[in-house]
Amino acid sequence: MSQSTPDTNYDVASLVEEFNLARIGQYVLVIIFIAFFLAPLETGIMTALKTNEAVARTIPLAPPTSEGFTWDNLQFAFDRLSDAFFNSLFMAIPATIGSVLFGSMAAYGLTMVRWRGQMAFLVLFLIGIFLPYQAVLVPLARFWNNIFPLATMLEPTFEALPIVQDFHSNLVPLLITHIAYGIPICTILFRSYYQSLPSSLVEAAKIDGASISKIYRRIVLPISKPMFGVVFIYQFTQIYNEFLFAFTLITGADTPEAVVTLILPAVGASTSGIDFGVRMSAAFLAAIPTLIIYVAFAEQFAKGLRTGGG
Amino acid sequence: MDTHETAEATQTSGEEVEWETKLRYFLNSDFVRSSPYWGIPFLIMGIAVYGGMGFNIAISLTDARGLTPPDYSNLDLEMYTQVLGNDAFLQATQNNLVLLVTFTTVCLLLGMFLAILLDQGIRYDDKVQTIYLLPMSLSFVVTAQMWLWMFNNNNGLLNIIVTTFGFQPVDWIGDPSIALGSIIFALIWQFSGYTMVVYLAGLRSLPDDQFEAARVDGASTVKTYLRIIIPQLKESSVSAAVVLMVFALKAFTFLYALTGRYRPPNGTDILATLMVRQAFKFGKWAYAASIATYLMVLALGVIAPYLYYQYRQGSL
Repeated sequence: MSQSTPDTNYDVASLVEEFNLARIGQYVLVIIFIAFFLAPLETGIMTALKTNEAVARTIPLAPPTSEGFTWDNLQFAFDRLSDAFFNSLFMAIPATIGSVLFGSMAAYGLTMVRWRGQMAFLVLFLIGIFLPYQAVLVPLARFWNNIFPLATMLEPTFEALPIVQDFHSNLVPLLITHIAYGIPICTILFRSYYQSLPSSLVEAAKIDGASISKIYRRIVLPISKPMFGVVFIYQFTQIYNEFLFAFTLITGADTPEAVVTLILPAVGASTSGIDFGVRMSAAFLAAIPTLIIYVAFAEQFAKGLRTGGG
Repeated sequence: MDTHETAEATQTSGEEVEWETKLRYFLNSDFVRSSPYWGIPFLIMGIAVYGGMGFNIAISLTDARGLTPPDYSNLDLEMYTQVLGNDAFLQATQNNLVLLVTFTTVCLLLGMFLAILLDQGIRYDDKVQTIYLLPMSLSFVVTAQMWLWMFNNNNGLLNIIVTTFGFQPVDWIGDPSIALGSIIFALIWQFSGYTMVVYLAGLRSLPDDQFEAARVDGASTVKTYLRIIIPQLKESSVSAAVVLMVFALKAFTFLYALTGRYRPPNGTDILATLMVRQAFKFGKWAYAASIATYLMVLALGVIAPYLYYQYRQGSL
């Protein structure tokens, strides 16, 4: 103990010395990378708030001046996207809930209950995460259009429903598709959490005679609450941001059921070029739902990425 | 035990009883009892993933194109040979491999560098981490628009920087010889936060005393990282690399969204964009399905060794 005092003094001295050289270098690097990651976003937001003239004259990073400032781009972009926001949420929220619930069930059956051969099933789930979706696009289009035209079948029902319109039935195949392809990643996310729980938890309940479904409802569901948060945030972001399935299953960007990501690549485009003020406004608006979730739950989002992968 | 004794007592009905007990035992087993939990999701996922893959291969063996449904009576590998003999396919494969190798390597190196940087006791490191990871929360459709603006010839930020330093403005995505590089750069911007997070988790799970021990032995910081810390991050590297490589194979959205068209900028066509264009623009379903099969085989080539490695490690 007595020896530790000079040691500590030496450490403090070396820290002070280090602060002048290495420390400053480290902080400079941290700040350079902050600029690197934020520059495209900052540029986009500034451009969204500028008039066409200001966009052409000022540098993209600079904030708009008083005469170069306008809300018009945002207003125009919002008018263009507002219906699509409803479509995106109408599709993404049930798809998220569905895939998260199925994922937690599958992970429970494959992790907390032990039986022989479950590893084979797990591998099949794992491959499902990495599958290139291109490998199922042609069948997907054929299935929902020709073999099982669910959208057309549901249309009369949707006509009778409040809030939604008949064209929203076209989002149901997309929603089911997202549930099906979201199950593997959700399963693996829940699995990593269930593996970290003590096995005695389930064993004790089993000895007490609790059935498998009772253990799930009474023990597993309540303790997986934090993981439900993580998976929900991760999965909602993925589905809301998704483009390829929407592109495959929805006829086009100009259809009433088009989701936000489908419309965005065409907003503000004309024969004379792209109106970047409008385009950046639309990009920023499209990002708002996931940005809010990300800023509020960054740690959960990061946790989802760490355990599940991109 | 009970069953065995009964079986000995009366041979004929005994077999029946044994069979019955076995069945009852089977029905009471955890496998059956838990099957509604894993079975239903497995069925849905299985139809979508494996049914879809099988269906895709079936279509690829036909000559289906346009609006006529596939004719399954005349199956052959014609589409696969047609695809292989096509220059566009070979070019797309080459671009895809360049994208895969460059993107994965740089993302891993940059992510590791950022993780080590943030692990040096930087103040507000969690806030900084949130900023570095921010691009990952955005859709490729959104980030593609932002980069389209960054890459713009006249007013884009990149050319303003370039010209400030006295260079000629660069046609970032219009020039086929550098377009792929520009796109890889933008994708690195989006993904390096992800690799950083994976490496940070790896770094923080390592015990501190190793670093101290190396210090006491007189090893420099750089040496300690290269010799002791980084080798221990192997598992993080492998899992991040697999995610990045599989993404590199299927990166379609960013390329499509960049121009809002089926054809990505010249010189950046990859298998995924080629496949979608053949299917949804030209209606060459069977042809596109066979490109998709090639793509799937490439992805399996990445995943299979990974799963085997994980299995050997006992970490599956």
